[in-house]
Amino acid sequence: MITLSVNGQEHSYDGDPSLPLLWFLRDEAGLPGTKFGCGEALCGACTVHVNGEAVRSCAVQMSDAAGKTVVTIEGLDPHGNHPVQRAWRAVNVPQCGFCQAGQIMQAAALLKQTPNPTDEQIHTAMAGNICRCGCYQRIEAAVRTAATGV
Amino acid sequence: MTHIDKSDPASVVENVSRRAWLKGVVASGSLIVAASALPRGAMAAWKTGADAMPHGTVSDPHVFVAIDKDGIVTIVAHRSEMGTGSKTSLPMVVADEMSADWSRCRVVQAPGDEVKYGNQDTDGSRSLRHFVQPMRQCGAAARLMLEMAAAKRLGVDVSEVEAINHEVVHRHSGRSFGFGELAADAAALPTPAPDQIRLKDPNSFRYIGTGSVPIVDLFGITTGTATYGADVRLPGMKYAVILRPPVLGSKVKSVDGSAAMKIRGVEKVMEVKGWDWPAKFQPLGGVAVIARNTGIAIKGRDALKVVWTESPHAVYDSDTFREEMLATSRKPGKTVRNEGDIDAAMKSAARVVSAEYYVPQFAHAPMEPPVATAWVHDGMAEVWAPVQSPGGTHDDLCKTLGLAYDKVKVNVTLLGGAFGRKSKCDFALEAALLSQALNAPVRVQWTREDDIQHDFYHAPAVERIEAALDGSNKVIGWRHRNVAPTLFSTFMPDPKYQQPLEYSMGQVDLPFEIANIRCEVGEAAAHSRIGWFRSVRNVPNTFATQCFVAELAHELGRDPKEMLLELIGAPRIVDPRKTTVDLWNYGDPFETYPIDTGRVRGVVELVAEKAGWGRNLPAGHGMGIAVQRCFLSYVATVVEVAVDDKGKISVPRVDTAIDCGFFVNPERIVSQIEGAAIMGLTVAKHSAVTFKNGVAQQGNFNDYPVVRIDEAPRVTNVHIVQNGWDVPSSGVGEPATAPFAPAFCNAIFAATQKRIRSLPVGDQISL
Ligand code: FES
Ligand code: FES
Repeated sequence: MITLSVNGQEHSYDGDPSLPLLWFLRDEAGLPGTKFGCGEALCGACTVHVNGEAVRSCAVQMSDAAGKTVVTIEGLDPHGNHPVQRAWRAVNVPQCGFCQAGQIMQAAALLKQTPNPTDEQIHTAMAGNICRCGCYQRIEAAVRTAATGV
Repeated sequence: MTHIDKSDPASVVENVSRRAWLKGVVASGSLIVAASALPRGAMAAWKTGADAMPHGTVSDPHVFVAIDKDGIVTIVAHRSEMGTGSKTSLPMVVADEMSADWSRCRVVQAPGDEVKYGNQDTDGSRSLRHFVQPMRQCGAAARLMLEMAAAKRLGVDVSEVEAINHEVVHRHSGRSFGFGELAADAAALPTPAPDQIRLKDPNSFRYIGTGSVPIVDLFGITTGTATYGADVRLPGMKYAVILRPPVLGSKVKSVDGSAAMKIRGVEKVMEVKGWDWPAKFQPLGGVAVIARNTGIAIKGRDALKVVWTESPHAVYDSDTFREEMLATSRKPGKTVRNEGDIDAAMKSAARVVSAEYYVPQFAHAPMEPPVATAWVHDGMAEVWAPVQSPGGTHDDLCKTLGLAYDKVKVNVTLLGGAFGRKSKCDFALEAALLSQALNAPVRVQWTREDDIQHDFYHAPAVERIEAALDGSNKVIGWRHRNVAPTLFSTFMPDPKYQQPLEYSMGQVDLPFEIANIRCEVGEAAAHSRIGWFRSVRNVPNTFATQCFVAELAHELGRDPKEMLLELIGAPRIVDPRKTTVDLWNYGDPFETYPIDTGRVRGVVELVAEKAGWGRNLPAGHGMGIAVQRCFLSYVATVVEVAVDDKGKISVPRVDTAIDCGFFVNPERIVSQIEGAAIMGLTVAKHSAVTFKNGVAQQGNFNDYPVVRIDEAPRVTNVHIVQNGWDVPSSGVGEPATAPFAPAFCNAIFAATQKRIRSLPVGDQISL
């Protein structure tokens, strides 16, 4: 039996320990905000925080998540008002919106580590997150907005 | 306040119908449009092709608008939301016309039911173009009904009252009633006759044209609570993935699922039915693995051993196919436009310039891979899916499952991108067939590999253009041959040639002033499923024609923009209908949407001015320009590239000008065009799916790269041509993808003197 904390709640899992955390979150824990885009750590749609760091949940096995603290988009802020979320809304970032949970989780982790990132730091940190709709110009603007406060 | 927009689609429908005062709004299974419905197409200021689409348009407020007693207005969005913003923009049109306060409006997504809502096929950049008028009529009719209810209550003539900001005011006395107070009385009224309805003066719009309204799902998207295709979970639901035949036309010969069944959590391995090709949007078939969750199902699928039958499409090899298309393009093809005498022009030419271009096959790769949930039980089917055509999906489900119209319900979730892929509902049919077989709710998830290897692809194309020049270097002849497998191969056996719908997207509709023009298409077979991708055939056709103009300019030592304007010629209407075999005008009347070279010139001149065409650039930089009339809009792009000493290309700046007629939501037009620059750059730089022995060779974002933030254009500036209501609305979602690749490649030439004639650019210019 694997136990872990997700958004402040204890969860347990009794299945195949090689299961990627992504599918536990989506299909077993009922937290569909974290998205599946590639399954190979190539797109960032599944980004969550594990012990405070942004990771691709499709590339973390349940056995490695055991005992860890996981935060998903649903748990980033109790009212959905994390500065990054507010900035995303202020800049009207999303088109289809599918990549945005992963983008926001990645940006939140970046700003926690680097509160005032340079353009290059933004690019490096966000380059793992694909947006097929092409919202990059606004993503960059929103990260800057979040850094300076909305 | 009730958040009707965030819960699952089923409960939304329930919530709203409980609170609805206008009977019939979003009620499930209702098939009858109120008898008092406006005549279809009534009061249109301009005629569109909307009424020639299946089920045409509906503009009855009894179908689209509900108001509860607290004054909350619920407006139905009947088109699918895939990122263009139409789920916000069309209801906003209704709200503006009915003088509602947007902060007191809610939007609810309609299920698939074209009999009730009119056409729902969210494709072809049609949503605003075809529905801005019906939605204005709908809002205006609702406003009148509220005014009539208020007038009756006051015992005055309706002309003495006016709806303003969510209430109806009696001008003389100042007495007013909120929309909520009037709701029940207004609801009891029949829909007013068209000649009673007065549309607002466009100058009085509060939301239309301002770009001040954020998309309705913004909060849900940023908090992970918006519902996409894979986010619907039903009690007892099974999780499935399917191993599909690697070669089109193959079938399962034998399956060994024993290793898969040993994996903890795998519940079942079963063969699923596929259809013989061409099969429209029917599933490919294969072997399904059912498990306790999607991750385990994928692991189980990896352990399957399947032997497939032979298929004639195993001959498909992209390199060989390209050579074959090239050979075909060097021979006369089937003439689809013939103007003047091209043979005589070629014979008399002082010189002939020619070039061959190649655009490869590629996949849509929407961020959300195809996925659907279905529950077929007790002679009914309910599906939750991110489909572009909920009505078409509904019909295909009825046919496939043998169910009557009112026994099927298609709930439309948000679409995590689509770009044409989700016009094809094979994934929803798969889920329904599996649910039927398993007698349980089933979700079928496509992996990224499934998506890239079993797409309805953008077809590969070879384009050959020859221009005849006279002694004074004037272009007197233009021959354009276009060879590509047709998307109609998805619908009919061996159609061999591209059809009017395809060659009318950028080949025969050429807006150039040249005396002798011949357009031909060449024969090509399809060995994979061919579909349509954002901008469709405008992608290869614009690439060829607009790169060729820049090549001509270079040959003649001219400025590319001046050359382009010279070929476009004087402002006039170009009418290729007489010289073309069945010109397709995007399904809309030519009289409403002629080919207006004044507007073609207009966007070229606008974008050139805004981009600072001809300005001094740093070393290694170059600018390119391209224009296209695409989905009835006019769009021109200037791309600036910077190429470093290793041949690495970056894009410091993009400018795009669009003339899309009367527009509703400029903020979403800007976002579509910013996105089109990214998608255009991906097409130009990276996109190719290649086949060997009939099998797609790419599978994920490692070998099918897309542009990421670090290689995106540093800035994309969007310039929208201001138009009044007298200029018909035209497409926005697709057009700007088309001119990007040629503008980009022309810029590369300007920077490096290296001509790109074959996409993707990849590492062609790296040193
Ligand atoms: S789904 Fe995990 S990175 Fe793409
Ligand atoms: S908003 Fe659609 S993928 Fe990013």
